[in-house]
Amino acid sequence: MSFSDLPAVAIDVRGACKTYPNGTRALEPVDLLLREGEFVTIIGPSGCGKSTLLRLIAGLAAPTQGDIVLSQSFSAPALAYVFQAPTLMPWATLQVNVRLPLDLAGVAREQADEKTRRALNQVRLQDFASSFPRELSGGMQMRASIARALVTGAQLLLMDEPFGALDEITRNRLDSEFAELSSRERLTVLFVTHSIYEAVFLSSRVLVMSSRPGTICGEISIDLPRPRPEAFRGTAEFAAYSAKLSEMLAGAMQEDAT
Amino acid sequence: MSDWKWTKIAAPLLVGIVFLVLWHVLVVVNDIPPYIVPGPLLVLHTLVQDWQTLVASLLVTLQVTASALLLAVILGTLLSVLFVQSRLLESALLPYAVVLQVTPLVAIAPLIIIWVNEPFEALVICATVASIFPVIANTTVGLRSVDTGLIDLFRLYKASRTQILWRLRIPSAAPFFFAGLRVATALALIGAVVAEFVAGTGGTRSGLAYQILQAGLQLKIPRLFAALFLITATGIVLFLIVSAFTRLALRHWHESELPHEP
Repeated sequence: MSFSDLPAVAIDVRGACKTYPNGTRALEPVDLLLREGEFVTIIGPSGCGKSTLLRLIAGLAAPTQGDIVLSQSFSAPALAYVFQAPTLMPWATLQVNVRLPLDLAGVAREQADEKTRRALNQVRLQDFASSFPRELSGGMQMRASIARALVTGAQLLLMDEPFGALDEITRNRLDSEFAELSSRERLTVLFVTHSIYEAVFLSSRVLVMSSRPGTICGEISIDLPRPRPEAFRGTAEFAAYSAKLSEMLAGAMQEDAT
Repeated sequence: MSDWKWTKIAAPLLVGIVFLVLWHVLVVVNDIPPYIVPGPLLVLHTLVQDWQTLVASLLVTLQVTASALLLAVILGTLLSVLFVQSRLLESALLPYAVVLQVTPLVAIAPLIIIWVNEPFEALVICATVASIFPVIANTTVGLRSVDTGLIDLFRLYKASRTQILWRLRIPSAAPFFFAGLRVATALALIGAVVAEFVAGTGGTRSGLAYQILQAGLQLKIPRLFAALFLITATGIVLFLIVSAFTRLALRHWHESELPHEP
């Protein structure tokens, strides 16, 4: 044990892999280390096992081999998962949807309502507490989904292409809002995306995954302070990072073809 | 929009009126005797004249129908919940539910009526047998048709089986349940009438089917038509009541009950 300036380890994945009972190899052995306060993005072609990796970390599936160690401070209520779809209960209002994790944990109603109000505030949906999901736009539904993830006071967020189904304009706006929110709340985030620009804009570190074998084949750090202003998208630095990442992805696809 | 709304009401009404007029004209022109086909006016007249007897019978049939429907809903829902909790129970019991469904009610009704002493109970059992299957089938599918993302979410937050059942499976199943209820309501009424037919004139409480049988035997054909009309009207009213319940339960969220532009 040596003292170091590095923040504590949040997630430590060692050689985790997943083979489904039908023989499909969803994920080759992967190593991954995530420290507190980091915003790490995993980018890669579809079918490379990004979602599987996230599900393993969340405990929604068990690895066939390998270990996944979550820091003690990030178990259960401190960990939240944001799915690709908003995954809201269509029969319930936003208030009830966002309060769900607290209701399931048996938190007293008054306290739960207070926390729910705060979470809805964080994503600027305080005026829509009594709306039903279908009455809201796709972007608002996704923000509600983020509010639900935050309502337990979660510090570690696993996000599986949360804005992937939205149009680019909405996505850019949500990216900015979420970058702001995650810095303010000092969240540790593991974020999966298809989008190079989203990865560069948000992350402190980007991992590139290749498919077949589904494993991490490259990594770049983006050593710029976060949250980054909207204007960052127009800078030469942004373009340079995007180009580099794009090149790495092309490399990952190449390996794929051979 | 409002034009269309009116058309939706006016069109079937017009068809009904044309039918009644045609019926009346055919009976009058061909001079058909009322013991073969009574005209619509005579049927209406009989309905008013025999109102007290007919309504008393209607109440009996309604009581059988309502009791059977309630029983079918309670038993059917309970069975569905059991099926969803255990695949073993489902595979063990579902075939027998199907057997019950495919066996014609007229064939087993006599047995039930022989075995059960109290006629009212026998009729209720027959009507329940007739109407329970759609409740079981639909509710079971509904309880299983849960968004996999939401299941993951509940598992992530360590929800118990009971929490998943109450907060997720039952609301997800509601649209399916109500679709089943609609079918079951019609079947319960049909089951009640069929069972009354089979039970025949026996028993002290006499439903609408009894009135039809009696009227047929006594060649009181207008009365037979009046009773038939009451059964049909009852079916329509029950259907409307169930539809209203469905709307009330689903109007906020389910596609089937959302207002939409034509």
